[in-house]
Amino acid sequence: MVGSWTWSRRLTFYIPLALFLIFLLFPFYWMTIVSLRPTTETVSGRFNPFWIHTLTLENYQFLFTDTTFPEWFKNTLIVATASTAVSLFCSVLAGYALARLRFPGSNFLGVGIFLAYLVPPTLLFLPLAQVIARYDLFNTYWALIFTYPTQLIPFASWLLMGYFRTIPKEIEESALIDGSSRLGSLIKIILPLALPGVLSAGIFSFTLSWNEFLYALVFMSSGPMKTIPVGAVTELIRSDVLGWGALMAVGILGSVPVAFIYSFFVDQYVSGLTAGAVKG
Amino acid sequence: MSRSGPPPPAMQAAVPARPSFLARPGLLLERETSLGVILMLPAGIILLAFMGYPFVLGIWLSLTDSMIGVPGTFIGLKNFSDLLTDSIFVQTTGNTFVYALGTVPVKAVLGLLLAILLNARMPFQNIVRAAVLLPWIVPTALSSLGWLMIYDGVLSPFSWLFMTWGWTSQKIPFLGDPTLAIISVMVANIWRGIPFFAVTILAGLQAVPSELHEAAAIDGASPWQRFLNVTVPVITGVTLIATLFSIIWTFADFQLIYVLTRGGPANSTHIFGTYAYQMGMSAAQIGVGAAIALYMFPILAFFAILLLVYLRREV
Repeated sequence: MVGSWTWSRRLTFYIPLALFLIFLLFPFYWMTIVSLRPTTETVSGRFNPFWIHTLTLENYQFLFTDTTFPEWFKNTLIVATASTAVSLFCSVLAGYALARLRFPGSNFLGVGIFLAYLVPPTLLFLPLAQVIARYDLFNTYWALIFTYPTQLIPFASWLLMGYFRTIPKEIEESALIDGSSRLGSLIKIILPLALPGVLSAGIFSFTLSWNEFLYALVFMSSGPMKTIPVGAVTELIRSDVLGWGALMAVGILGSVPVAFIYSFFVDQYVSGLTAGAVKG
Repeated sequence: MSRSGPPPPAMQAAVPARPSFLARPGLLLERETSLGVILMLPAGIILLAFMGYPFVLGIWLSLTDSMIGVPGTFIGLKNFSDLLTDSIFVQTTGNTFVYALGTVPVKAVLGLLLAILLNARMPFQNIVRAAVLLPWIVPTALSSLGWLMIYDGVLSPFSWLFMTWGWTSQKIPFLGDPTLAIISVMVANIWRGIPFFAVTILAGLQAVPSELHEAAAIDGASPWQRFLNVTVPVITGVTLIATLFSIIWTFADFQLIYVLTRGGPANSTHIFGTYAYQMGMSAAQIGVGAAIALYMFPILAFFAILLLVYLRREV
């Protein structure tokens, strides 16, 4: 009896689900309430820490007036948008080639791209810092716009490859017979049909770029060039206790854009995961 | 493919029978072999320049005594052999295994449970699904700031709660005590990883045809038997894939620990990533840092190959 409020249903379904929700959402609840009350209240020890006594926006105001948060936000937005664009461009072409064209080394390249997805930033950041230094890219957007796609292209290519393969070959073949060029049929016929896949790959790329930490930490050391996660961790953690309100506020503000995007595309994300991770 | 028709007779002697790419560069975009290579170029160049080349450079650096700003000389495997007698590195290796092997099974089991719960019909289904995804999709560095405060030695709400309930008489040093610290970072890691397992396994559960369940029910199978014989075989594959991914990511983790403890107290939470950062960036010994990072490689390669072999068998 799905959905009925019997006792056994409560015990085996709603109570476990509630426990999961409390565990998974508590840190966000905590960050929200700390960010919305004066930090003096948080540290006074006179109030129940799980609730707000005095509601205030002063922590958020502080971020915008007394820190370089607006700069960080702009940097993160620029880097995430540009890396997503670069990655989608490369991945559409690579995904199409791997899905549709037979050419020497295609199997090898397919495996290579999959393995690239498994290369973690921690393995490469030290030599990569040397490369970035050699090309004089430290503290420029390019340092991240060139390096983020190495993490994004592999997943996006595999995901798109899966989508391209679901499109019947006959549609494309008839366009080719009608005189369309290969690239023309990719742009006019394949791409529109694979739009959900492109959207999933785009969402994935954007959030991963938005969230990235290690490369941004190493390559963007100048204050106004930092991204939100790096700026928050390196400049807002203070030794005195009064920094907590602003720290939690930046945590909330930096999370809202990706949370917002996902709340609309959660189903896309699930189907994208299966297309990429399972079918791939 | 040829849309130009035969060339005029006068030219036939001059041009070779096969149209030349020099004369018609556009043909490169029509032939499958050449087009395939051209379409792979943008992705290939980026991956070679910013992944392949740094990887090779990393191997070279690990064989030198390079410092930041000082080009080093070749010293063979000295960095690697020195690390084997470095007590912090030995501890780091142990920590990494505890961190990865202690969290991944918990994430997998809890993720599986959550996936089963999420697969049922319930009120506000989409909101609940989006909500449980949050720990996985928000920037880890930022959610780790939330955990940093939850674990704070003075302001932790749990210290307050447990003292109010009389469970403890003093504040709990979540990140100040070596044993508590590794448990604390592991809990935060589990928190972040559950949604990935839940959503991946949920996708697998939704691929189970409902007819199978109905047929089994008609044949008199109990809900538990249906779970074991219908659901489990379908989700074993996704669960295994998610587990392998998670092992790789957890072994190579960085930001959660960097934000919460930077490897402390007394190196009790250092893992490969944070120790490589400390030696390579903070202590400026790039050669040593690169060697620490490369010690991860055999472990990652092992699980990557396992994943690859499994996926190829499945497809």
